[in-house]
Order: sequence, then C-alpha cells, then structure tokens
Amino acid sequence: MSLVARKRNVLPGFGPTLGFTLFYLGVIVLLPLSALFLKSAGLGWSQFWKIVTEPRVVASYKLTFGASLIAALINAVFGLMVAWTLVRYRFPGKKVIDALVDLPFALPTAVSGIALTAIYAPNGWIGQYLEPLGIKVAFTPLGITIALIFVGLPFVVRTLQPAIAELEKEHEEAAASLGATRFHAFTRVILPAILPALLTGFAMAFARALGEYGSVVFIAGNMPMKTEITSLLIVTKLEQYDYPGATAIATVMLMASFVLLLTINMLQYWAGHRHQGVA
Amino acid sequence: MSIEVKHISKTFGNFTALHDVSLRVNDGELVALLGPSGSGKTTLLRIIAGLEVADPNPASEILFDDSNVTERPVGQRRVGFVFQHYALFRHMTVFENIAFGLRVRPRALRPSKAEIRDRVHQLLKLVQLENFGGRYPSQLSGGQRQRVALARALAVEPKVLLLDEPFGALDAKVRQGLRDWLRKLHDEIHLTSVLVTHDQEEALEVADRIVVMNQGRIEQDGTPEHVFHQPANPFVMEFLGQVNVFQGRVRRGQALLGEMAIEYPNYEADQEREAMVYMRPHELDIKRSRNGVASLAARVVRVNPAGSVAKVNLRAGDGQNIYVDLPLERLQELQLAHGDEVYVYPKNARVFVPDYVI
Amino acid sequence: MSAAVAPPITRVNPATVRAATDEPLGVKILLVTVSVLFLGLFLVVPLAAVFGEGLRKGLGAYWASVTDPAALAAIKLTLITAGIAVPLNLVFGVAAAWAIAKFNFRGKSVLITLIDLPFAVSPVISGLIYVLLFGMQGWLGPWLQSHGIQIIFAVPGIVLATIFVTFPFVARELIPLMQAQGTDEEYAALTLGASGWQTFWRVTLPNIKWGVLYGVILCNARAMGEFGAVSVVSGHIRGKTNTVPLHVEILYNEYNFVAAFAVASLLTLLALVTLVVKTIVEHRLQLELKESTQTPSGEA
Repeated sequence: MSLVARKRNVLPGFGPTLGFTLFYLGVIVLLPLSALFLKSAGLGWSQFWKIVTEPRVVASYKLTFGASLIAALINAVFGLMVAWTLVRYRFPGKKVIDALVDLPFALPTAVSGIALTAIYAPNGWIGQYLEPLGIKVAFTPLGITIALIFVGLPFVVRTLQPAIAELEKEHEEAAASLGATRFHAFTRVILPAILPALLTGFAMAFARALGEYGSVVFIAGNMPMKTEITSLLIVTKLEQYDYPGATAIATVMLMASFVLLLTINMLQYWAGHRHQGVA
Repeated sequence: MSIEVKHISKTFGNFTALHDVSLRVNDGELVALLGPSGSGKTTLLRIIAGLEVADPNPASEILFDDSNVTERPVGQRRVGFVFQHYALFRHMTVFENIAFGLRVRPRALRPSKAEIRDRVHQLLKLVQLENFGGRYPSQLSGGQRQRVALARALAVEPKVLLLDEPFGALDAKVRQGLRDWLRKLHDEIHLTSVLVTHDQEEALEVADRIVVMNQGRIEQDGTPEHVFHQPANPFVMEFLGQVNVFQGRVRRGQALLGEMAIEYPNYEADQEREAMVYMRPHELDIKRSRNGVASLAARVVRVNPAGSVAKVNLRAGDGQNIYVDLPLERLQELQLAHGDEVYVYPKNARVFVPDYVI
Repeated sequence: MSAAVAPPITRVNPATVRAATDEPLGVKILLVTVSVLFLGLFLVVPLAAVFGEGLRKGLGAYWASVTDPAALAAIKLTLITAGIAVPLNLVFGVAAAWAIAKFNFRGKSVLITLIDLPFAVSPVISGLIYVLLFGMQGWLGPWLQSHGIQIIFAVPGIVLATIFVTFPFVARELIPLMQAQGTDEEYAALTLGASGWQTFWRVTLPNIKWGVLYGVILCNARAMGEFGAVSVVSGHIRGKTNTVPLHVEILYNEYNFVAAFAVASLLTLLALVTLVVKTIVEHRLQLELKESTQTPSGEA
C-alpha cells in the first residue's frame, strides 16, 4: 500500500490556480482594503463619528444618495422601456442602438464628464436653450443627476434584456385568452416575472451612481454643501493631506457599497432560483 | 485484461455512493452494471477509470491483470472511456477528435503523421463514418457522435472499454441499432468492456454478465439468464422485467396464496410468516373455470393483442392488478373479452420471505 | 342534431389582426419613439459634442492637440499601463475561472463575491486604498522610501490601481462560460492520455477563446479609460504620471477646451471601436454558450 497521500482531484491544476488566485486577490484587494479599515479603526470611534457627521460631509451624503436614487429610478423606468423595445420590436437601426447602449460602459468617465458639461453649460449645446427658461443644469444637482443617469443606463437595460427574452410567451397568451387587456397582462404577468432583474439592474445602477466620480466632477461645480459629491470630498481631503478624514468617509462609502453588493447578490440568487418553482 | 476491484467505498459529503463493493471482470467479458439512478454504478465505473478516487481504505484495491493500479493516474491506465453525452471536443473535427489520443503522446511514443492518418481512417471505417472526418461534432446526429466517441476511445488501443450509459441520450430505435452494433463489435475485437446502464433490456441483450446494483451495493452478479430466471432477491426480480407481486404466507414447507399452495422447502417451521410471491406475466395462465386447480379469481379489465404476445390486465377480488402475457394462440382459444370472470394460475413462482418482522 | 342557425361570418382583414401578445401599434410607436429619444439625448448628443468641440477650431488645432508632447507622453503611459494590467488580469481570470469552474471547494461563493468587489467600490476609494498602503503615510510608506521605491505618484501606483479596477472583467466572463461547458471534455482528454497542460491548451482554451477575447476587450477599454482611481494615485505630474484621461482633465481645467476635447476624442474613438468589436465577439460568445447547454437530437 502506497504511503503517498492520495490526490483528491483527478483534474490537475487545482492547487496552483487556486493558490495564484488567492495570492492575487490578497495582494490586490485584501491587503489594501485592510489598510483602509485598520487606519479607520485607528481613529477611534469618537473622532471617526465626528468626521463622518460634519455638516459638509452630511450634505454630500444627502446629495450623492438623493441624486443617485433619482437617477437609478429614472433609469429603471426608461431602461425598462428601452429593453422592451430592443427585445420585442423590430425597427431600423435597432442593432446600432443596441450596441450603443453600452457606450457609458466603454467611454472613460472623464470624457463623458466634459462632454456632458459642454452640453448643459449655460452656453452649451442644450444648455443655451434651457437658460432663458430659467432651467440651470450645469453646476446644479440636476446636472449631477443627469450625469448619473448616463452612467447607470446600461445596467438596467443589460440586466433586463435577457430576462425579457426569457419570458415565456405562453404566459402572456394564457392571460390574453382569459380576457386580460394587454396592460393587465403587462402589470400582472410580465412585470412580476421580470421584477428580480429590474430590481437587480436598479441596485447596480444605484451602486455605480453612489461611487461615481469622473462623470460628475466636471458638471457638478463642486461647491461644498451644495454640489459636492462624497467621492469628490474624499479626493479633496486627500489633496489637503487630511488622511484621517478621507479614510473615515471612504469607510462609510465602502460599507454602503458592501450592503448594496450583498443585496445585488441576493437579488441575483432570487432571480436565478425563481425558475425552479414554475409549474 | 481482467479487472478486479476490492472493498471500494465512496462518499460524497453525506451521500454514500458505494458501500464496500468488490467485483471481478474477466478478460474479454462484456459486463453490464445495471441499476437505477443513485445505485453507484457510474461512480464505480469512474473509479475503475481513475476519474474518481475511492475513499481511502487500506483494504481497497483496483487491479488490472492482477497488478495494483490504484495509484496510477487516469491517463496511464489505458482505459477507453465513452461518456453519456459524448464529450467530443467541440472545436475539433471528427478526424482531430479521433487522432487526439495519438497526438498527445510524448514524442518518443508518438506515431508519425501518416500512421495517425491511417489509424483514424481505419477507425472511421470501423464505426461506419468514413466520409465524416472533416465534420464538426455539431454537424452530427446523436448516434453519429457516439460512434465517433467510441472510435476516439479505441484509437489509443485501450486494454479495457468503459461505457457510461452510452445510449442513454438517444432515441429508442437508434439505441437498438447501436446496441446490436456494440455487441457485434465486441464479438469481433474481444475487448474487456464494462457497460453502465439503467435499461434492463439493454443489459439482458448485450452483456455476458450482469451486475445488478442498488444503493451502492451489488445485489446479484450472474449471466443474464441466471439473473432473470433466478433472481436473488425481490429488488433484482422487480428491476428486471415486469412482475406480479402477491402477499402470502409461508408455513411448513409451503407458500400459501389464497387457496393456492406452492412448494417452499426453505421454510419448514410451524410458525406462519409473511411472504411475497412473485410471478412474471408469462408465468401465469388463464382458465375459464376452476377445474379443481388452485387459482385466483379475477376479472378481465383490458386485452391488448397488438404485440408478439397478448397482454391481459386483470383485477383480482381484493383490487390487485394482475398482468398476464399470453401467447396469441392461447388468447384465441380463450376468446377473452372485457369483463369476463376468469381464473389465473401460476406455472411458476418465486417466494421471498422478508427477513425482518415489523 | 337540431338545426342550428350558423352565426354570420365576419370578414377579417389579416393586416389589422393583432396577435394576443402584441401591443397596439400606437403604443409600440410611442415606446420606440420615446426610447430612441431618450437614448439619443443621453448617448448620441454627448458623442457628437466630443467631436464637435474638438473640431471647433478646425483640423489643424485638433491635430496639434493630439500630437502635443504632453499628450504623447500620456498616450505612452496609458498604453504601458494597459499593456501590463490587461495580460496580468488575463492570467488571473483564466486561473480563477479554472479553479472555480472545474473543481468543488468550500468558500467558492465568497471567492466569486470577492472577484466582483471592484464593481461595487467607488473608483476614488480604489485609488485611496493604495495610497493608504504605499503612500508616504501609509503602512509600507517608510519601508519603500528607505529603499528608494516610489509607488504612489509614480507609474507602479497607476498600474496597481488600474489592475484593481479591471481584474474582474476576464474572470466574470470565463466563470459562467466554463461552468456551462462542464468538465466532460477535460476528463475525456485525460482518459486519452493527455497531461494537464495539453488538456488546457488543446481542449479548454479553444472552447473559451471567445470569452477570453470578450473579457480582454472590456478589460482593456476600462484600463485605458480609468480616471478616478488613477487620479488619486498619480499626483498629476505632467509628462510623467498623466494618463490620457488625466491629461484631458488638466487641459479642461486650464480652460483649453478644444485641446481637451481633441484628446478626449481619441478615447471616444477607442470606446467606439471597443463597442464594435465587442458586439461581434458577443455574438460568437452567445453561440458558444448556447452550444454548451444544448443536447443533441437522437437520430442514427
């Protein structure tokens, strides 16, 4: 009988690949993140609390959270519309439009930032028409919201498209044969079926908007207490060498990100397991 | 090459797939591992191949031609493995698939390009796919893919052929054709083969020997005839072919079923015990009247004459369904019709006494 | 049978009959129009603006901005950064996907969540964590300084931050693909005598090539375009630690709008090329995924 420990895996390469993966993640992700948390912990609770509840910081939370929420909601509504038309309808140029939806993913945030500013500035492409109407976009929360709509757009559309494509027409046909109007079929049959995907897309757009930097800092104007988003606040504090400040605020943002990440994972799990209950 | 496994156990987490299984396959035999899902047959096959590792146990061994290969990695065991879903390399042509085993050999052992080409063409001819070398798996039907998989496995001149439900994913007619073809192939090349299947008809038709498995254990090991006509226990009897099961009693050397008495010398005691009496549909006959012969009264529910034998469904007084296979001439003689009250009697029966009492 | 009077037959015009699962034509037109307008406003107008503003002073000025030495240095740095980050992340992605898709082990879902992490983290924080680790006041700061190694405010820091924000892309494409493809082909290769490497090169790699390509394209686009994270670690030293996105920012903040947009248009062109290639590859990738989950029919 051999004394060599028996390999439990027949397919080779488990040790090296898992080892390399863990090493990479450790160095790139875990080590730096733990530096953040430990520095934060080193502040002590009272100082931490003082920093993260400063009026300027709280104002940035409200702004960031509010604008992100509104942007994500708008993306949810219009994203659903866009996804529906892309999946169900045929019209000229559909393929081009479908490819274009990924533009916010592919375009560097700095580019979208300056482009949006150029458009919505008082003398901008669109801004010049809105100015006389008294609508200011650039350098206001409205501008920030518009930038966040841009960056979050693909999340909702791309998450919904496969969900809509997977819908079984038979359910809609059954609803129709039972006398439901198209509207009722939509609200009672289709919407519940794609709800997990819709919520997931919404959560992803929201998460992205919360942390967004490049697209927003140009159009926002960055006035403290008014149009200063939280991520910019972190950069500002860093530039002033206020490491504790930057660290504390970053920790708060990170916590929010983790909660959202967990929510998204649970939503995806829910969406994935829904099919097991269908008759 | 002979195969022997001794004291093989395998657990996956909480689930025990194999309980201390031992088995021998002789050189040149075609053995079928037959059983329902979860019986452990595929696990056993994969352990023989080296695709799974048995639970560590000093007593467990895997022997090829009586030498221990337990530590040998799968690539060195010279086994040809045919997967249920073919596992053809989807981005390679049929030719490249079959040539694969020869091309990955270390330089010293690798045949020349010409030799590889010849061998592949030989095999394509063997599996009757001569002009398919340039096609891709996605362009083939299920049956064709399985034949390519077989050719690929044979290309490396394995000592043993292991087939994991090779025809499970195919239509009934195709299955039948490939079954016959496999048996013919085996008769020609006499390669030791182990076939896993849940289809008892397949096992009975193709195999030299059948190993019936259930829940990780071997229930019976014997020739198809032996296993079919002399099942070792109720599980084997019920798994191989249809069977009627009756509740009876044993006492003083006899099994009693209603008014029928069957010789059962295995139980001489006075104390009555419960027993199950098993009869296959073709072991029963039907009479119109008692004529003094002990039998069961039943009513004809359905007669199906469309087949090589006539299938008659009856219902006994206590509501039990009885299935009888009658030769067509006998059906003619009896002129059975729906609703007829007749008598069923056994020509042969097997008695099993459950060895635990509730 | 009683004599029944047949109901009158109404003539139906097929062109106006609507399927039970279709919306009224008016609704369809409305939805398409609104969608196209929405996308036009949010996607097409910004695209047009980049090129419009960049060319405002004519092609000459455009060209001058793009070939300016600082711009060229920025382009070079961006290419170097992507040239290091993308291959490393490719190796990581393949290794992680192999471990996750072909084997069973505890903690797999934690690992997958960890890989998704950069997507949930703000780019600014992605840069901050490296400053906290390698910066002057960071953990390893003093050690690095004493050895004369500069990471933050230098190229290594930029590369690291870029690696952080882009490493999930390849892995995220490959993991579901390899999971869908299963392990049968690899096991088959092993039974035929192939070694681990041979199995990987000859069997696995051809099966995942579209996933790899797709992941690399996305990874590269993000690596070249990353702004927030790189901005934090770079120190904005003109000509030395400016990538193209940072150079755009500097030009813009100096009110040199035409130059800013001209350089930005390079990134935009990259984005458009990425979209085109991505669409083509995605199509192949879907086919690959479909093939993996389909079982063939059973004719002889």
